[in-house]
Parts: sequence; structure tokens; C-alpha cells
Amino acid sequence: MTKRQVHLAAHIPGVNNTTIWSAPDAGSQIDFESFEHFSANAEKGFFDYLFLAEGLRLREHKGRIHDLDVVGRPNTLAVLTAIAAITEHIGLVGTLSATFNEPEELARQLATLDHLSGGRAGWNVVTSSDEFHGANFRRGGFLEHSQRYERAAEFVTTAKELWNGWAADAIVADKATGRFLAPDSVHPTSHHGDHFDVEGFFDVPASPQRHPVIVQAGDSSDGRDFAAAHAEVIFSRHGEFAEGQAFYADVKGRLADRGRSEDSLKILPGATFVIGDSDEDARQTARETSLAQVSPQTAIAFVEQIWGRDLSAYDADGPLPDIEPATDVTLSRGRVRHENPAAVAKAWRERAEADHLSIRELVVALSGRQSFIGTASGIAADIDRHVQERASDGFVIVGATNPHGLDEFVEKVVPELQERGVYRTSYEPGATLRENLELPPLVAGATSLQQHEVAR
Amino acid sequence: MTGRIRIALALEGAGWHPAAWRDEDARPGDLRTLGLWRDLVRTAESGGVDFVTIEDSFLLQGADRGTAGIGVENDVVRGRLDALLIASAVAPLTSRIGLVPTVTTTHTEPFHVATSLQTLDHTSRGRAGWRVQASPRPAEAALFGRREFPDLSIEQFLDPAHAHLIRDLFDEAGDVIDVVRLLWDSWEEDAVIRDLPTGRYIDRERIHNAEFEGRWFSVKGASIVPRPPQGQLPVTLLAHRVEPYELAARGADVVYVTPKDDASATSILDEVRQAEARVGRTGARLEVYADLLVLLEDSTRDARAALDRLDSLAGSPLVSDAVVLATTVDLLVDRLRAWSDLGYAGFRLRPARLPADLVRIAEQLVPALDRAGLHDSSFGGDTTERGTAERGTLRDRLGLEPAPNRYTSARLSAEDATISPNEVLA
Repeated sequence: MTKRQVHLAAHIPGVNNTTIWSAPDAGSQIDFESFEHFSANAEKGFFDYLFLAEGLRLREHKGRIHDLDVVGRPNTLAVLTAIAAITEHIGLVGTLSATFNEPEELARQLATLDHLSGGRAGWNVVTSSDEFHGANFRRGGFLEHSQRYERAAEFVTTAKELWNGWAADAIVADKATGRFLAPDSVHPTSHHGDHFDVEGFFDVPASPQRHPVIVQAGDSSDGRDFAAAHAEVIFSRHGEFAEGQAFYADVKGRLADRGRSEDSLKILPGATFVIGDSDEDARQTARETSLAQVSPQTAIAFVEQIWGRDLSAYDADGPLPDIEPATDVTLSRGRVRHENPAAVAKAWRERAEADHLSIRELVVALSGRQSFIGTASGIAADIDRHVQERASDGFVIVGATNPHGLDEFVEKVVPELQERGVYRTSYEPGATLRENLELPPLVAGATSLQQHEVAR
Repeated sequence: MTGRIRIALALEGAGWHPAAWRDEDARPGDLRTLGLWRDLVRTAESGGVDFVTIEDSFLLQGADRGTAGIGVENDVVRGRLDALLIASAVAPLTSRIGLVPTVTTTHTEPFHVATSLQTLDHTSRGRAGWRVQASPRPAEAALFGRREFPDLSIEQFLDPAHAHLIRDLFDEAGDVIDVVRLLWDSWEEDAVIRDLPTGRYIDRERIHNAEFEGRWFSVKGASIVPRPPQGQLPVTLLAHRVEPYELAARGADVVYVTPKDDASATSILDEVRQAEARVGRTGARLEVYADLLVLLEDSTRDARAALDRLDSLAGSPLVSDAVVLATTVDLLVDRLRAWSDLGYAGFRLRPARLPADLVRIAEQLVPALDRAGLHDSSFGGDTTERGTAERGTLRDRLGLEPAPNRYTSARLSAEDATISPNEVLA
């Protein structure tokens, strides 16, 4: 029996402290040459796709723009489309909010990316609900948590209705008769739901994949249901083995009810790595990497998020503050909120006391741990095990620097995976992203109808 | 820079004649491929064309005829791609030519408009511009379902009873231009500091929230994209009447107008200058470009015959808001020289057929203008080489002054004001 194949995505380094901007080889976060290098390297390593997160507002801390991490990034669609022009095989997946976009516009942008890339587009559907991001957009405001996924589901459904408006072979362009379209080949969309009213003809012809590959990252039960209904890839946070297996079983178990096969949804957790010549060498480098990711200032800011107060007077190499967290104060905006600061603070204190950790050491322990630490062959074996034993279908690999963060992975780990017979040694010429991910082809028409039911 | 005219090419479908896609050189089946757009823009670039604009709309061409029109004979091109993304894809495949996509202000998010154009400026290394378009058509609004526009004919729109509709439309577009420019300035040049001792990646004093609140929308934060290479991208728009002339005077660098003859070429220029005075434009004057729809052949007789052939395929004579010139390269040079003498800074040529007329413009017209001393194709370095971007930006190419950051300028002048008394005392 052939082994299950490993699928890898390359995460373009983003705006959090994972990206070490202080590294000697750290390049620009915005100059296109950084993206040129990153994408060429990922394609050299036969990754399935590049992944780029979206920026909708600069993050704030204590009422001001957070200045300790990388700040600033490109518009997702504009840069992915530019990358499409200089790559040939690799997929292009971007995070795009279902809250601060409209189906008509996003559907035509994604269809355009799919055309210009020859069928390599993917869409990581996210929902946002907070006024902080909303303040930059026409619709502004707030969505109840439950409404976020309702809107997202109706958004995806509406987009699919638009994409399905054109038959794949609609364009005949017969110069002799002047017939540009085949008869009965283009139909108007008429969608009227709780969140969207869309009426009219879509103006982008059917793209090579018809629909971009749908990716989803939410983790709540609502999020998992949304994924089971719509997603073809889940960008999960469950990279650890046992936890990964549980998540994998849970989500894949939801597919049968939707009439979907197990292979119609790939689960790719995010994963960081440190490669060494020996395990000890890798552990040493991992410690250095963590310290570079958590500067003293970053450690204090991290704790301030929970404490809800200014802790700049505290020493990052000293113990946690003895004062209690403020309640109902949000110091940090533009990132995930912790629901119960007092409980988090208590847990942190217990851990810091038990392990004799300073503030910075605690933050390193909490946030700075790399997923894979070892030799290249050890890491390859570990990845392989996750895939063979259904803890994942592969990983979204996150490098620590930009744009060279994945160079070493491609140089050293990819050949080991190939050696194990679980990773491609060339791209299939002309393959779409959906094909590279070994996802089943779309069933024309049925998909849209069936998912429309789910959305209701 | 005086006297040198700029040549822009307006890319639309298979060309501006409805039957252009049936021309023998046309590639109508490739309109949704990167290869076609790359070939068109590279041909224009190698000929020395200064920039291309790319048309866009949310409306399917001919959709006003309803489903009954789908699949008929003697049809027009149907379907298109998003213009900003076409420009984004062509950016890394070209090195000198300006890329000016059409982006509507009516249904889009001003924040996304700003960041996507800013990103195009980064990927093109300073060659991006914006063709602003407002979209009052009810069929476009129906695709979004967020607002409604009355279904009015052109004549009804011009009726004074509906004047407020036009005023609102262009006022909103003006607000979008204002906020987009604000966002482009929201990062000062030196905002990224990577200061190891303090652990700070940016100097947040150099990043400014937009804090924009208008009648139609508000935008609170700064752009997510660092300052684009040009600072401010050239803003352009097509205008046929006084309201859009005033919008251009309020917020644009370049306005495209549609004179039909020498008399209207003169009167339109006057109207644009009056609009500038009315809105109190400060700084550089608007660069006024005339739009011309051109079909070029070796003789006027051939050109006329080619146009007749296309008209008969289409079933009716070509109608356009711009003057239609079926002519020769030499006669077109004469026309451009004459209107340049009136005060036109450049011309946006709409090729009747793609690629046929684009090829003639790139291979024959622009070299002829160069020889006549009217145009300079050698302008601009190769921006793919690092460090030469400044020389090759679209602003430079258009003869626009550099655009200093408003916050940097304000700070520097405040510093001057506080320093000078001390210097006097010293």
C-alpha cells in the first residue's frame, strides 16, 4: 500500500513575535524582492501553497500602535497576484475576511487570481466581529459571535452562486458568426438571504478551478461545523501529536453527515521548526531562537495583555507582578482576547513558581516553543508519523525569519521527506491547487445547492 | 519637461470597437489569461508608451439585454478580470511602464482601495497609478445589495431635479480620494527603525491614524502597508462634464477629457481651468490628457475601410464618448502636436483593435513622436535594478513633482519654527 503523502504549505512570515526582525539576514517585510525569494524557495521545495495572512488594522497595545513586532504588510490579493506571475506551480492562499468584504467583489477578485495563476487560488475564510477592525470599514461595527459564521457561510454560498453563473465552456468566441458565448451558458445570480442581497450577472468567466480552494482556521464548534460544510483545508492549531489525532478524528467525523469523503478535507496544523546537526545542537538553537522572539520588552507586553495594566516598571528577568490583573480592561487590540485574565494569571503564577521562571522565561515557555526541534531526518520522520497516523495531512510551515526562514527546511528536510517516499519530487505540470492537494474534483452544481442547504 | 507629451494606452477587452474581437489578429479566447495581458503591456512598454490604463466594471458587458442576449450572434466581448489584479500580475513582468488600473469608489472599501494600490506600487517598484471611477448604475448596485441608485437615462441624470445625485456621487468619490491619500501618507518614510536596544521595530510617532469621518464612511486607523515608493500614486480620472472636472481639480493629478474637435479641445481646457479655480486647487495644475479612439492603417483609405468592416460586423457605426480617428500615424502625429500646442499634457489613446492598433502605436506612432521631439521614450531607468526606482517612478515619468509626506512636512516646518528664534538669538 502506498504511503499517505505529506502536504506542506509555506507561511509567509507575519506580524507577530514569531518573525525575528532583528536577525542578521532579516529582509524587508514589504519590498517585493522578499516575496520573490520566499516564493521561489517554496516552489523549489514543492510546497502545495504559499499562505499569507491579512491585515485590516495595525495592532495596538496600551492605546498605541504595537511597536515591538513586525508592523506592516501588503494587501493580500494584490501581492498574491503579483507572485502568481513569477511562479508556475505553487498555490496562492490568502486570508480574506468574510466580514469586511462583499461577496461580489471578493468573488471576482478570487476568480481573477484563479485565472491569472492558471488555477492556483485559495481562500482562507475568516470572520471578524470587533469594532476595532470594523472602524476601518463601511459596514463598521459589531457582529454577534454566532452571526459571524452565519455571515461567513452565507458569504461562501453567495460567492459559489456567482462562480457557478458561468458554464466552464461558455466562451466560444467564434469570429465568423460573432457568437461570443454559447447559448444558455451564463446565468444571473439571484441571492436573497439574511446577510446578502445579490442580483445580476457575474462578469468573470468560469476560472480553471471554478472555485478557489476553501481554507478555514476557526477552532470553536461553530468553526468546525463551518469547516465540515465548506472547507477543503483546515489550518489548525493542533500540531501536537495526540491533540492532533483527536482534532483530526473529530473534524473528519463530521464529514460523513455532509455526504463528504474523508479525503475531501485536508488538515494542516501550523508548525515551526529548528534544524540542528544533532538533537542537542537543535535544542541549543531553539533556545536562542525563543529568546530572539521574546525580547524583554516583548515579554512585558505579553504579560500586560493579561494584567490589563502598565507593567513597564517591572524587570523581565524578575518574577511575575505580585499585583492582581485589572478586570474588564483590554490593553491589546487586533489580536485574540483572553476571556478570563484572573484565571490565566493564577495559572501562570503557579507555573512560574514551580519551575522558577522569570517573566521572560515564562513567556518563552508559553509562547516560544518550536513544534519540531531536531535533525533534518528526525524532523522528517516526525512529520511523516503525524501524517501516517492521522494526526494531520501535513503542515503549514512557519519560518522564523523573512525571507530566508524556509531556506534550510527546503534544503535539508524536503530531501528527507522525499527519501521516505511521502513527498513529491516534481510538480505535475499544469496541476491546479486542488489537484496538488489531492482533493476530489468539485461536483458541478451539486456542491452549491448542497452547501446552500447547510448555510440555512 | 515642458513640451514633452505623454502617451497612455487605454486597455479594454479586445479593443474599443465592439467588433474588435473578430479582427484577424485578435485573441478573444485569451482575454482571461496572464499571457495576453503580459504581451500587450510588454509591447506597449518596449515601444515607449508611458503608461497603460485598464478599464473595469462590475457589470457584465451587454447584460442590460438580459438573459436573452446570451449566446447571440454578432455579440460583444463578455466577461473580464479585475483590473487592479491584472496590473498586479503584469507588474513583476515589466520594468518601466506605468500601470494604472480602474478602481471604483462607489461599492468598494476605501481601506482596501488604498492598500491594494499601495501594494501595486511596491510590486511595480513605483509605477502604479489609479484611475478613479464612480459607479452610479443600478445594476452594479444590485450586485452588492447595500445601496440603491435610481434607474435613470443620461438625459434624466442631466435634469436639474437629479443634480443632487451626481453631486453626491462625486462628493463621495472625492472623500474616497481624500482618505486614500491620507492612508498613503499614514506611514512616514522612516517609520521602520529596527532599533535593537529598545526592541522597537517601528517608531510609532511616524505612523498616523487616518481618523477620517465623512458623510458616507469613516476610516479610523493607519494603512497596514508601509509607505509606497512614490509616496502618493498619480490619481487620474475620466471626466465629461463640470462635476467630474471639479472632482479632478479637488483630488486628481491627471484628468482625461474627450474633445471632439479643435473648438471643444480649447473650450474643455478652459472649463477644466475654471473648475480648478472654483474648487480652490492649490499646488500643481491638473495635467489634462485628451482621450482619442484610434484605428491606424497605412493610408486613410485603408483605415476607413477597416473601420467600415468592423462597423458592418457590429451592425452599426461605432459610437464613442471620445473622438474616433481612423487615420494614419503621420496624421495622428499632426493632431497630437496641434492639441499639445493648445495645452494638452498628454493623450490617452484607446486602440480600436487589440493588439493591432496597440502594435502600431508602440512600433510606429511613439517612435514618430520621439523623432518629432514631442515625446521621450528613453525616459526612465530600468526599475528592476535596485536603487534606480526613483528615476523610473510613474510620477517622474509624468513630470509630477515628488509628493512629500504631509506629516513629515508638518513636523519639519514645526521644527524650523522652533529652531529659528534660537538661531536668531545665537
